[in-house]
Amino acid sequence: MEFTTIKETSEQLKNKKISIKELSEIFIDRINNNLNLNAFIYFNKENIHHQITSHFDKKSLLNGIPLAIKDLFCTKSMPTTAGSKILKDFQPPYESFVTHKLLNEGAIFLGKTNCDEFAMGSSNTTSYFGSVVNPLSLKNKPLVPGGSSGGSAAAVAANLCLGATGTDTGGSIRQPASFCGVVGIKPTYGLCSRWGIVAFASSLDQAGIFTNNVNDSAILMQAIAGHDSHDSTSANIKIPNYFESINADLSGKTVGIPSEYHVPGIPEEINVVWEKAIKVLERGGVKIKNISLPHTKYALPAYYIIAPAEASSNLARYDGVKYGLRSKNNTSLDEMYEMTRSEGFGKEVKRRVLIGTYVLSAGYYDAYYLKAQKVRTLIANDFMNAYKDCDFILTPTTPSAAFPIGDKEDDPIKMYLNDVFTVPASLAGIPGISIPFGKSQQGLPLGIQLLCKHFDEQTLFNAASYLEKNYE
Amino acid sequence: MNNLIQGKTSDWETVIGLEIHAQVKSNSKLFSSSSTKFGGSPNSQVSLVDAAMPGMLPVINEYCIKQAIKTGLGLEAKINSYSVFDRKNYFYADLPQGYQISQYKNPIVGEGKVTIDFKDGKSKDIRIIRLHLEQDAGKSIHDQNPTKTYVDLNRSGVALMEIVSEPDIRSAEEAGLYINKIRTILKYLDTCDGNMQEGSLRADVNISVRKPGDDYGTRCEIKNLNSIKFIKQSIEYEAKRQINLIEEGGIIEQNTLLFDAQTGKTKPMRSKEEAHDYRYFPDPDLLPLNLEKSFIENIRKEIPELPDERKKKYIKALKLSSYDSSILTSDKDVSNYFDLVLKTHKELKDSAKLVTNWITSELFSKLKKNEITILKSPISADYLGQLVILIITDKISGKIAKDVFEEMFITKKSPNNIVKEKGLAQVTNTNKIKDIVDQVLDLNKEKVRDYKSGKTKLLGFFVGQAMKLSKGKANPKLLNQILINKLNK
Amino acid sequence: MKIDKNTTLKIAKLSRIKIDESEIDELSSQLSSIVDWVEQLNEVNTDTVEPLSNVSMAKLPLRKDIENLKDNSEEVLSNAPDKLEKYFAVPKVVE
Repeated sequence: MEFTTIKETSEQLKNKKISIKELSEIFIDRINNNLNLNAFIYFNKENIHHQITSHFDKKSLLNGIPLAIKDLFCTKSMPTTAGSKILKDFQPPYESFVTHKLLNEGAIFLGKTNCDEFAMGSSNTTSYFGSVVNPLSLKNKPLVPGGSSGGSAAAVAANLCLGATGTDTGGSIRQPASFCGVVGIKPTYGLCSRWGIVAFASSLDQAGIFTNNVNDSAILMQAIAGHDSHDSTSANIKIPNYFESINADLSGKTVGIPSEYHVPGIPEEINVVWEKAIKVLERGGVKIKNISLPHTKYALPAYYIIAPAEASSNLARYDGVKYGLRSKNNTSLDEMYEMTRSEGFGKEVKRRVLIGTYVLSAGYYDAYYLKAQKVRTLIANDFMNAYKDCDFILTPTTPSAAFPIGDKEDDPIKMYLNDVFTVPASLAGIPGISIPFGKSQQGLPLGIQLLCKHFDEQTLFNAASYLEKNYE
Repeated sequence: MNNLIQGKTSDWETVIGLEIHAQVKSNSKLFSSSSTKFGGSPNSQVSLVDAAMPGMLPVINEYCIKQAIKTGLGLEAKINSYSVFDRKNYFYADLPQGYQISQYKNPIVGEGKVTIDFKDGKSKDIRIIRLHLEQDAGKSIHDQNPTKTYVDLNRSGVALMEIVSEPDIRSAEEAGLYINKIRTILKYLDTCDGNMQEGSLRADVNISVRKPGDDYGTRCEIKNLNSIKFIKQSIEYEAKRQINLIEEGGIIEQNTLLFDAQTGKTKPMRSKEEAHDYRYFPDPDLLPLNLEKSFIENIRKEIPELPDERKKKYIKALKLSSYDSSILTSDKDVSNYFDLVLKTHKELKDSAKLVTNWITSELFSKLKKNEITILKSPISADYLGQLVILIITDKISGKIAKDVFEEMFITKKSPNNIVKEKGLAQVTNTNKIKDIVDQVLDLNKEKVRDYKSGKTKLLGFFVGQAMKLSKGKANPKLLNQILINKLNK
Repeated sequence: MKIDKNTTLKIAKLSRIKIDESEIDELSSQLSSIVDWVEQLNEVNTDTVEPLSNVSMAKLPLRKDIENLKDNSEEVLSNAPDKLEKYFAVPKVVE
């Protein structure tokens, strides 16, 4: 028996071809055999056994299905570290809205996956708990899985679970999905509740899903989406049955190809995969339209003002007073603050908090933060205008395949450029999915990104399903 | 009125603005559903949101918005249909989020005004710049341990209304009147309980001095004053300090000060040495607040008649003095009581002054002695009205009325019942009075002779004797008339 | 360099993060590069554009004023680095 998709595995569980315990043991073994990937921050056999013994069967496709949870989601039964030293012993007395929903459907949590510290990074090399290794790494050349949700992407790619949660603020699901050759979706801002997810940039953070196929992505997205009255930014809309409504017939639809995503200097292989996807869509009866998203190049700098600014404020609560690390150097309150945060935060987090503080500070607010928010309006309007002429947009997901661990560490901006194709959609709040659609010259996976209007995730699943079925 | 302070070299004007922090009267906090009750055991009214746990998010309390709008209407202020909640970022032990959710450039309430009334009948408008909603902080306890501070977050997140005045205030007296007026309005509207001892109402004072006609001087801010007495004392001290400093050739530095009640002096706050950069930005966890006109109008309908309106009505329709009207309207419950007296007994409309006196002299003193408010008065508005009617219809004398009043307070019985039971009805039967007078004059023949020979002051003696004989029930006017008649025969 | 040593120290103080002497130069240089890089936003004319603080098009949800009377003190204090009975404890602040 193979356990590669949620849909099939769910049937096997239902038909008692395998028990939940037996299924979990298979995945526990796999994780134990792949500890070198460092995909998990928290992985404890006893914890999983306890979940199974206290498990109640639920009438759901996810009943008994083993999932991995990014360590940014607060979980009552497992510690939550956000990949940071400052929270390394934090045990939340509460369960995030999203993980609570999954538990309600009977899912089994295999453990908490590694991630860039406080979700800040595109390589999963900033975690206090060490870097994650891309399962597709070539021998003796460990590659990054992407970030910040590197652990979740690697876990799905290495078949250590049947699905994983992640969060995407500027591309933290889509980019690692592309680097690891899996499916990764970031929903519309507000579709999923942020309650109980360690906050990085509040106007951008969204929970999302990693799977190894599109159908499972729809199943999981449906399970985690939905209104939460405890999150004032949560959308109050009815969640469609994404999975059962997947219609891979795209004839008559129009796909927008934005000219600004042809970036000079990008390896040719990226464009090759993009062209391939366009041709496959054309064969399916989709009209191809060249569109313009004129403010695309300003998305990254706008993001790197807005996200750090919000982060600098969101991370102020990590002060050693109520929970988390408290420095032993604490002869005064201010000293306690300064030493706790100096010892507890890594380099990238410190950089972003400082930038964020700077762009909000007196005299600079208008020039930086306010300016970036205005540019954000223009970027969002670019998409609104584009959707008048097309049903969805197709772009590459990343400007390269996975790179070696240790690369791009000397220059923060080089690292930021990883997100050039994913950040605009984050700023506009629209949903996006990345599916594997090709290989680099070195044989590493490359992803293709689909972007839709707000709350039109169904179109994403439809188009992704079609491309998946017609991949060559 | 001259508020100028005489200095060594010239006269000085004190320029004062007040920032009042009023805790909103509501069941739960501004952004979380924890209780707002005063005095709970430490950290027992703290939710995960209040403790700023990772991943927690704010959800705004609709009732607090309504309370702020109500207050704004009571301050005759503009209600802004668009307002934004901003984060005010700074670090302190009782600020768990590391920021306070407040309002910066777009507050919920704009410009308004409040009228203060002086004893001499004059009044003055103090302009309000704005009112906004914000979170209160927790409490830090510094004096229980030599090296540690203890933090209780119960108060953290309770809704505050910050009311900012223009620097229109010119003396400690005006400041006191202003705070009292704000407090009265808040209590009328039931949007804040105005309890300064429990911290429901606190004020920061911004104060500077200048020679009349000059530009504004550099101001200092005295923080966290929680009694009107301290507010006045701190103003008086600080004004003198600034004047002395300038006259001696010094310059006022912009400082944040604390008032030491023990010494009666202000002193700079140590932790505020560096200017704070609060880095305000709109809270991304909250959307802007857009209010429909109908929402605001529905709240306007709920507003009771406010003190100034009632005062005008009392002066105009009931011919009460400005002073009396101020006293009656300074407390909504007193004003309501007074209105009820007149409503129940419409014939008392022309005796409003008498009713007022009975409330403000007699009833107030009894209530104070027994430490209860007018809401718990054993004498109902109806019965007080009945008592006054007995007086103006000559059924009892003013002196007897006082005794009846005592009895009413203790027994809660109606005045009519008490008068009947104790037989205190005034004697107005002229024959009866004639009898009494005859008796008195009979018993005091010598004094009558003295009176007739010119000692007219003895009239008082005869009145006293007749009163004694009639057990105080003789109608004084009639008694006087009849006595004089008989004596002059 | 846009962000010099003094500015870095000032921002670090505002953020309550202690920066080691040995790190200041490199950090100032990195922060300056980032700030230089984001300044390309000045190429965009935003004179008539409103800022977008939230992509959500919804209305601000309002909560009913019902208080939760549960005493959460145990949960809330469960991860406290230092506490005394039901209080959080921190190094003393001198007012």
